[in-house]
Amino acid sequence: MKRTSFVLLLSVSLAGCQGWQSALDAHGPAARTLADMFWIFTAVLGTVWVLTLGALLLALRRRRAAGTDPLATNPAIERRMTVVVSTAIGMTFLTVLALTGISYGGQRVLYGHKDGTLTLLVTGRQWWWQIMYEDPQPNRVFTTANEIHIPVGEPVLIKLESADVIHSFWIPNLTGKMDAITGRQNQIQIQADRPGVYRGQCAEFCGLQHAHMGMLVIAETKEDFERWRNNQIASAKPPSNPEQQRGMEIFLSKPCVMCHQIRGTDAGGKIAPDLTHVGSRRYIAAGTLETTRGNIAAWIIDPHGIKPGVNMPTIQLEPDEVQPLVSFLEGLK
Amino acid sequence: MTHTLAPHDAALDAVPKPTRLLTGQPAGKPGFRSEADAPPNPRELRDDQVDGPELTARLVRTWGTRRGIIGALSTVDHKIIGKRYIITAFIFLFLGGLAAVVMRMQLARPESGLIGPDLYNQLFTMHGTTMMFLFGVPIGEAFAVFLLPLMLGTRNIAFARLNAYSYYVYLFGGAMIWVAFMLNIGPDVGWFAYVPLSGPEFSPGKRVDFWAQMITFTEVAGIAVAVQVVVTFFKMRAPGMTLDRVPLFVWAELVNAFIIIFALPAVVTASVMLIMDRLVGTHFFNPAEGGDALLYQHLFWFFGHPEVYIIFIPATGWVSAIVVTFSRRQAFGYIPLVLSMIATGFLSFGLWVHHMFTTGLPQLGASFFTASSMLIAIPNGIQIFCWIATLWDGRPVFRTPLLFVMGFFFIFVAGGLSGIMLASVPIDAQVHDTMFVVAHFHYVLIGGNVFPLLGAVYYWFPKFTGRMMSERLGKWHFWLAFIGFNITFFPMHISGLMGMPRRVYTYLPEMGWGNLNLISTLGGVMLFGSFVLFLVNVLVSARRGAVAGPNPWDAGTLEWAASSPPLPQNFDRIPVVTNREPLWAHRNTLPVAAGLSVENREVIISTATSGRADLKESSPEPSIWPFLAAIATTITFIGSIFTPWAIVWGGLPTMITLVGWFWPKGNKEDEA
Amino acid sequence: MRILLITSLTVLTLTACEREDREYRANPVTAESEEKIALSPLSAGPNPPFERRSGMGQDYEENAFHVSQGKKLYVWFNCNGCHANGGGGSGPPLMDDRWSYGGQIENIVQTIREGRPNGMPSFRGRIPDDQIWQIAAYVRSMGRYVSKDVASGRNDDMHPAPAEQRRPPGQMIDGGQVPNSALMPQ
Repeated sequence: MKRTSFVLLLSVSLAGCQGWQSALDAHGPAARTLADMFWIFTAVLGTVWVLTLGALLLALRRRRAAGTDPLATNPAIERRMTVVVSTAIGMTFLTVLALTGISYGGQRVLYGHKDGTLTLLVTGRQWWWQIMYEDPQPNRVFTTANEIHIPVGEPVLIKLESADVIHSFWIPNLTGKMDAITGRQNQIQIQADRPGVYRGQCAEFCGLQHAHMGMLVIAETKEDFERWRNNQIASAKPPSNPEQQRGMEIFLSKPCVMCHQIRGTDAGGKIAPDLTHVGSRRYIAAGTLETTRGNIAAWIIDPHGIKPGVNMPTIQLEPDEVQPLVSFLEGLK
Repeated sequence: MTHTLAPHDAALDAVPKPTRLLTGQPAGKPGFRSEADAPPNPRELRDDQVDGPELTARLVRTWGTRRGIIGALSTVDHKIIGKRYIITAFIFLFLGGLAAVVMRMQLARPESGLIGPDLYNQLFTMHGTTMMFLFGVPIGEAFAVFLLPLMLGTRNIAFARLNAYSYYVYLFGGAMIWVAFMLNIGPDVGWFAYVPLSGPEFSPGKRVDFWAQMITFTEVAGIAVAVQVVVTFFKMRAPGMTLDRVPLFVWAELVNAFIIIFALPAVVTASVMLIMDRLVGTHFFNPAEGGDALLYQHLFWFFGHPEVYIIFIPATGWVSAIVVTFSRRQAFGYIPLVLSMIATGFLSFGLWVHHMFTTGLPQLGASFFTASSMLIAIPNGIQIFCWIATLWDGRPVFRTPLLFVMGFFFIFVAGGLSGIMLASVPIDAQVHDTMFVVAHFHYVLIGGNVFPLLGAVYYWFPKFTGRMMSERLGKWHFWLAFIGFNITFFPMHISGLMGMPRRVYTYLPEMGWGNLNLISTLGGVMLFGSFVLFLVNVLVSARRGAVAGPNPWDAGTLEWAASSPPLPQNFDRIPVVTNREPLWAHRNTLPVAAGLSVENREVIISTATSGRADLKESSPEPSIWPFLAAIATTITFIGSIFTPWAIVWGGLPTMITLVGWFWPKGNKEDEA
Repeated sequence: MRILLITSLTVLTLTACEREDREYRANPVTAESEEKIALSPLSAGPNPPFERRSGMGQDYEENAFHVSQGKKLYVWFNCNGCHANGGGGSGPPLMDDRWSYGGQIENIVQTIREGRPNGMPSFRGRIPDDQIWQIAAYVRSMGRYVSKDVASGRNDDMHPAPAEQRRPPGQMIDGGQVPNSALMPQ
């Protein structure tokens, strides 16, 4: 019984060590520094806790003689206790000093600016992430939503702004978080050591759907990244079959065009996620639903059943319009 | 009317001999020195002229509260008001706890669908707001209101009518926000209500306005009680109670009161600015017109960090009292304990930016706050070590109050250490706004305030009610609470590190947080159950507990000299203090000072540091005006949620009630 | 005494404040509401023209959430491109008391849905019906035809005019009248 509960406790505790969106599963230099710092602090402070509680338990077992006057004190014991308490306080001070020093070291690693080639402008909106890839050449600037691709091994600068309320950009596997605050621009650098898919989530309460404001950062080799970027810069591919063609016509005749943009078509709305390459993204609805036909259909038919309170309205769709529309969106790779 | 003393020589600052003070007997030295040395006025009955049951009966008549609804509404008896404060704070604790149970039910499984995001947002806002504003601050003040006069050896708290007024304002403010919640106008922006989310553009309707006005209510009540505590501490101590003989709990309440006085104005500035932005169209927090969203955060956290010390420091007072009594030994390191409480009070104002480490503030400034946030561990550590030393050299008595203090050590120290982790900017960059922070602050707040509070209730229950609480139920309560608490909150450290943010109404199944959340929910049910058990213990013991004498724990401080429950006058004669633990120094009879009037409400005013009796002052009579003023204030505040004109139209009745309150009354003493 | 307390609390809870409801989905979903509105005050016979309004307007006009959503949509759908923040530009002002096609909420809904001569586009099928109601409720609040505690506060933007809730209450000319001064030259 004791062993099972110990194993259970251990496995539950250790479950945090690897995982999707885990701060202890570092895939970048910043996150690794932070995770190491965390373990050092845990070790030191855990020891302090054990020692303090140990002293308490020992204190409870010592007893004065019964009937001693509560006001009586033994000078020798008083002196000894004064020495012990003073030593403990001194050691506390030194420990705190050491931890402060370690913290400063970590701060320099985390916030030290490194030069990279890629800059993004990420705007937090209720309840999705608008991502603009900057480039010196204006015709290579493009906007996407909720999914960031970066090349491995190099620092990527992200400028953070907010269009409405305070959000917080956080990819635990890669680095600490930084708030996106209205009226100012904050900056954060992310760097991944190896290719992978890393999930992040908004970390500042921003209203009804704060819980469903996730994003993905996908780190890939330089060649894969460039290929992805060139694809994203290009306009949407024209529909390749009659069903997709019909889907596009439906898209252009419905409320979709009021809010969404698909470059290469007449849809030019700016207030909702850019759908030019929505089919290439792994998740829709800000990291809430995997991009599958069923999920796309569910999202369009009843967004408030999945994310009550989102800005996407429930629209009027005939039953025979759903499949073509989904085929069209799925084909926007 | 007060009688001032003529100047006298310093020899009188020595330990006063009991029979010398305030009696009608002539002083040893020649020359007129004070009214106290004058021959007694034959028409004014003093307490050295009557004795025994007749003295008690006359004092009860003078200090008692009239029966009936008017008597209840106009009482200025600090014990009655203190008991009301404690009960009301506990009711809010239960309401906030209920909100938490519903939240945990929703979070038990991913995408649970039990409640929607709007209700969840209102629930966690109400939970935080209730616990921090309606329970955390008032409970420390509530115990101060009840216990300070008893511990200091006086008959009532300073500004007794203000005391009544502050209770009614607190009650109405708390009732307002909960009624608003029932009507779907509960705030839904989190207990700290950051702008722009809580601003006029993103929070439509009146929800946030109700929240901001609730702050005003609790603000007024809090500062009022804090002022009373400071004045009572400095000017109404028993003769002979020099500063180094003041009980540790009273020192804690003094530090607490100063923190309240300096911190609460910052939050009311923030909430008034917010309400003005929403209602009047000012631009304090509008970046487009020159305002700044971060200004709100600075103002709020300048209050918000001292706030948690407002919640913690009275608890250190409870722990000190319980540790001393249940170790059967006077406190080790009294001076360091007092100085560390004062140091904590000062330092607490220098930590607030650690709540804003991720907002993009300059790193040099942030590192200052890392240092100060870690340094505050030192005065806290001094307290912990001194308590352990007291227990070490003592003879621990393992009754329920001490069990809860053990729970405090276990949990609070763990919470404080996770706080050191959060003080570090880099670590905070990962765990800020995650369940790790939720775990940390529940460890320090529940471990640091609620566990000592429960111990304090078991400890002082005989004094409040005259009956002992059940030891058996107490032990069950403790273990249920301790185990339930740890099962609820320990897994949150892990889920926070695994990426779970706070204030999310649900989470995706593939995140892997489901099991941890389920464990937390089961623990939460257990923790709530422990509170139900506590309620049962309280109710059963109040009716059928073992009858307690004045000092069932054989404690040393003055409140245990009064009867259980205390009579309206607290003490038949004012005790004279010669030791930090008066009842341990004088085991059989306590020296007293006599000479206060029996027919009129009179208290002794002492000097601020040496505690020499200085003046006699009359204590306010019961009055209905505080209640009426509270009603007028409530109308003004609630009206101003809807229109700024309410300040004008509500100001009028408020002024009228204040005129009634301060109308000069002929003092019976003057006519004697 | 206790019974009184319990009953009053129950009543209070059940009459949950209309102003504060947050309804995300229209009910029924996306059906176009049936309003019968006469654009002219003239009709044959002694009685005024027959009109039937569905009453949905009240749900939108008395709800702060819908009005504030309408305010967001007003900017997102570029209504301010022609109407500015209510002062008008190429389109007529919306914060005054002159309504070419009637100023009741149902009239405004029809204006948005069907478009009007002289430049107002038709948004039927482009804006879902419940959002049209939200925008119409907001337009009503511009002239303060909704109550003060429902109208919105200021936006976190630059400020051309006092916030809707601080404007003086509007006086409506009965809907359907087209004053000559409001007719644009052909």
